[in-house]
Amino acid sequence: MGTLVVRGGRVIDETGERDADVLVRDGVIVEVGPGLDAPGAQVIDADGAVVAPGLVDIQVHFREPGREDAETVETGARAAALGGFTAVVAMPNTTPPLDDAKVVGAVLEQGRRASCHVAVAGCITRGREGHELAPMGELYDLGVRIFTDDGDCVADANVMRRAFEYARALPGAVIAQHAEDPALVAGGHMHEGEWSARLGIPGRPAAAEITIVARDLELARLTGGRYHVLHMSTAGATALVRAAKAEGVRVTAEASPQHFTLTDAECASFDPVFKMNPPLRSSDDVDAIVAGLVDGTIDAIATDHAPHPPASKELAFEEAPPGMLGVETALAVAITRLVEPGVLSLRDALARLSWQPARIAGLDAHGHGLPIAPGNAANLCVIDPSETWVVDPARSASKSRNTPWAGWKLTGRVRHTILRGEPVVINGEAVR
Amino acid sequence: MKHLLSIEDLDRDGIVGLLDGSEYMSDVLAREIPKVPALRGKTIVSLFYEDSTRTRLSFETAAKRLGADTMTFTAGSSSVTKGESLLDTVRTIESMGIDAMVVRHASAGAPHRIANWIDASVLNAGDGRHGHPTQALLDAFTLRRHRGDISGARIGIVGDVRNSRVARSGIQCWSRLGADLTLIGPPTLMPERLEGWPVQVTFSLDDVLSELDVIYVLRVQQERIGRALLPSLREYYARWGLDAVRAQRLKPDALVMHPGPMIRGSEIATEVVDGPRSLIREQVANGVAVRMAVLWDLIGSGGVV
Repeated sequence: MGTLVVRGGRVIDETGERDADVLVRDGVIVEVGPGLDAPGAQVIDADGAVVAPGLVDIQVHFREPGREDAETVETGARAAALGGFTAVVAMPNTTPPLDDAKVVGAVLEQGRRASCHVAVAGCITRGREGHELAPMGELYDLGVRIFTDDGDCVADANVMRRAFEYARALPGAVIAQHAEDPALVAGGHMHEGEWSARLGIPGRPAAAEITIVARDLELARLTGGRYHVLHMSTAGATALVRAAKAEGVRVTAEASPQHFTLTDAECASFDPVFKMNPPLRSSDDVDAIVAGLVDGTIDAIATDHAPHPPASKELAFEEAPPGMLGVETALAVAITRLVEPGVLSLRDALARLSWQPARIAGLDAHGHGLPIAPGNAANLCVIDPSETWVVDPARSASKSRNTPWAGWKLTGRVRHTILRGEPVVINGEAVR
Repeated sequence: MKHLLSIEDLDRDGIVGLLDGSEYMSDVLAREIPKVPALRGKTIVSLFYEDSTRTRLSFETAAKRLGADTMTFTAGSSSVTKGESLLDTVRTIESMGIDAMVVRHASAGAPHRIANWIDASVLNAGDGRHGHPTQALLDAFTLRRHRGDISGARIGIVGDVRNSRVARSGIQCWSRLGADLTLIGPPTLMPERLEGWPVQVTFSLDDVLSELDVIYVLRVQQERIGRALLPSLREYYARWGLDAVRAQRLKPDALVMHPGPMIRGSEIATEVVDGPRSLIREQVANGVAVRMAVLWDLIGSGGVV
């Protein structure tokens, strides 16, 4: 490890913003201020750019173990670093699932060499089957803080209740739900609404999310447990979370870029690149998600980065698996959709992409999302907030190509990413 | 027209043009030798991912009557589980040199996907619950032959509209031709949302029966019982079935249609199927002429045969 200086940028973090250089030595920020230099320091050019805490994505699927043809920890982390992320939380719906200390340990080991910090979420139930609790304490001891059966909803209310209760013994742990009632979404492939009726594609009603969130909020209230709503997508669930927060329920929520930008009308193309769970919703839902991001009901932007190899999307809509890539485009979609039109300030957008999700997942304890100040780990990203670019799936660092943003002209680009004081992305190119 | 993927791709004139063409093909079929060399040298492949003897035979007969060479590829959904993507399958078939692909698939939009991938013309022969455009055209053709004009006709579509591609295409086709459409059936079998649909909806067949010029009966499937959509087929038949008693309450000149396959006694009575109002057998016969007209439009010279 050496010395580097991030020079000429505008520093934006939770404490505010100012023009300053950032001097880093041995992975740690040692000084922040104007005109910094040190003998032999590597200069990281931030002229005209924003220097922010590294972004934190608390919902990615890196497919390891089991589907290394779609993504690996190595490729997913590289793609994330290119997107400005210095930390991610990998979801446990792998094969085998992350319900076992050995498997979790192996994934964490892969992450140690990766281009960003790879934390993992553990399963709530053994085998993600929804019946018996996974060894949450053992996983917690390995550093797991988010527990979820993501991909599947914990449908059994009693199991959910016990998970909330048990996790109270694990400080900082949070129970995160993929909130879609399996009975209501059975056989469904897109949002149930005008478009599904027209296209003849069986639907997944908004009520499937709203009923589960309503139930889980009551269980969180009952148990005092901590609840996190993964990829919240409906106006109804957003209203419930808003009310519950006002009443002091310990709840947080995240939304994905596609859910605050795209609608179910995209499915009229029959292209399964627009298929995901929960599905793209109506424009009213999109508006409600944006409003929730603005008023703080929704704490975090998380991508649900879900790689699938090309062949598995070269099928009919109803046959293809759900999921979209996200880590390389999340910041730019947030800037294009929220910051440019004046819905959120850049700093408020960064709050939802960095320090707020870092706190939900306990990644602040690992030096992510912290203020850019002496003594804190040098996990940083340098952003050109007004640079425009066109998304080309062929250029993705992911092993997969299933991005819904192909051909979109986006504003905001990552120039550099620095992980624990080491540049991992320089001038938009991965160097690790 | 390059492809026929959905009735939505056609306006009124486009539909009428195909119906006029079907009239001509119907005359061809009435000749002593019911065959013309209009598509000689053309190759048409039927790609059927879903069993459908009648639609497949109808298309193949149409192709042969026009002198085209035909191939059939029937793929169970097993090819998917074997791992071959739809894209790979259709590219393989295309590389054999084809002019048109007739696609039947259990998933909505499969023909649209294929049309994006290959150069040949694609004809939708039924995709999931989404569409079945040639069925809609043959139904319109059959009805036009009996009524002259479809405009203003009150057509009631009875049954499982929610899960019916025939109903979706039929509604688009008939509404473009000016018909007055009413959907009839239990709420569990109606589309979940109907904004923008050119239809009225009623849950009571008996309320509208005597006002209909045409009653179009859809198939009801046993599997709907297990999914809590219907209590029983007996209850369905009692409320929404076209039995002999209800048939007597129809207008004297009202017509009865059904896309097949039908289950006598589950949605329609045998006496009605075989009765004087029924166009059901004619619908099947007209399917060949209509599919000839569509194939000629897609891959023929486009001129007079």
